[in-house]
Amino acid sequence: MRKNLIRDTAVLAAVAGIAVVLLMLFPGKQSAVISTSGEYLMEMAVILPAVMVIMGLFAVWVPDEVVVSHLGHAAGVKGMALSLLLGTLPTGPLYVAFPMAAGLLKKGARVANIIVFLSAWACIKLPQELVELEFLGARFMALRLVLTVVFVVIMGLVIEQYVARSEKHV
Amino acid sequence: MNVTALVVNGIAIAGVIAAFYRDRIKAIRSLKAAAVSFVRILPMVLIIVLLIGLLLGFVPPDQISRFVGEQSGIGGVLLVGVAGALMHIPALLSFPLAASLLESGATVTAVAAFITTLTMIGTITLPLEIQELGKRLALLRNGISFAVAIAIALLMGLIL
Repeated sequence: MRKNLIRDTAVLAAVAGIAVVLLMLFPGKQSAVISTSGEYLMEMAVILPAVMVIMGLFAVWVPDEVVVSHLGHAAGVKGMALSLLLGTLPTGPLYVAFPMAAGLLKKGARVANIIVFLSAWACIKLPQELVELEFLGARFMALRLVLTVVFVVIMGLVIEQYVARSEKHV
Repeated sequence: MNVTALVVNGIAIAGVIAAFYRDRIKAIRSLKAAAVSFVRILPMVLIIVLLIGLLLGFVPPDQISRFVGEQSGIGGVLLVGVAGALMHIPALLSFPLAASLLESGATVTAVAAFITTLTMIGTITLPLEIQELGKRLALLRNGISFAVAIAIALLMGLIL
């Protein structure tokens, strides 16, 4: 873990160095880049610590059996529906979902459900659907929603099969 | 401060209070775990923040929309899909952008490919996804999502 932290920090320093050089070469872009990064930094700063606290509580207080019985293999279609539902809750950008998915996986959720959860989180947010409805119309929004749900479930099952098979070979 | 941040922070604070009320030692253990994962994730988050700033600063969304509008045919759809996968535009902003694309004559397929890869695939956040979920799951999810997004887009073009 410490080694990873050192490596990530080194990469961060390199990226920051490259950013500084680029901004010196193209002074016209400075304000746009700095204001965009600043906006995202603020967004992360107000959400990420809270997400980490929630995941810390989750890791210590929620017994593995609860996750296994609701999101594990035995949960079947219900578990999949629950994953989809959890993903559609309006709770922030996709990177927030990665630590959550990792926590659920560690506690015994099945891979297919995690993929469904992440994909739903990425593209079936409730407020997002409303904006899509407003700008692109009911037919576009409904068709994209139905197709997305169908394909996401198929994708979850395919990835799970692949992971299970490649683990058997190892 | 947006609504999401308020709700998430509210849940976190309520959770911590409830935890301390129930069991001090377990509550402290939870907060320690939170602090460790926060420190672990921090450099990666800062990297992503810098990359997003550079990307959006050098390739503004209206330039991308012009590019998407000009593409046609299967090759065009694939290119638009790649653009969506590489870009990082908040989804709520992407729909008005998509609507203006449709109005200016882009195909349903191209627009659907763009929004679907834009939301489903995160090339910039991929390092974070790999760190949290492992290389295999992260790469599989993003790779297959691309194929799925193109399939969804083509089907939408056929049906609408």
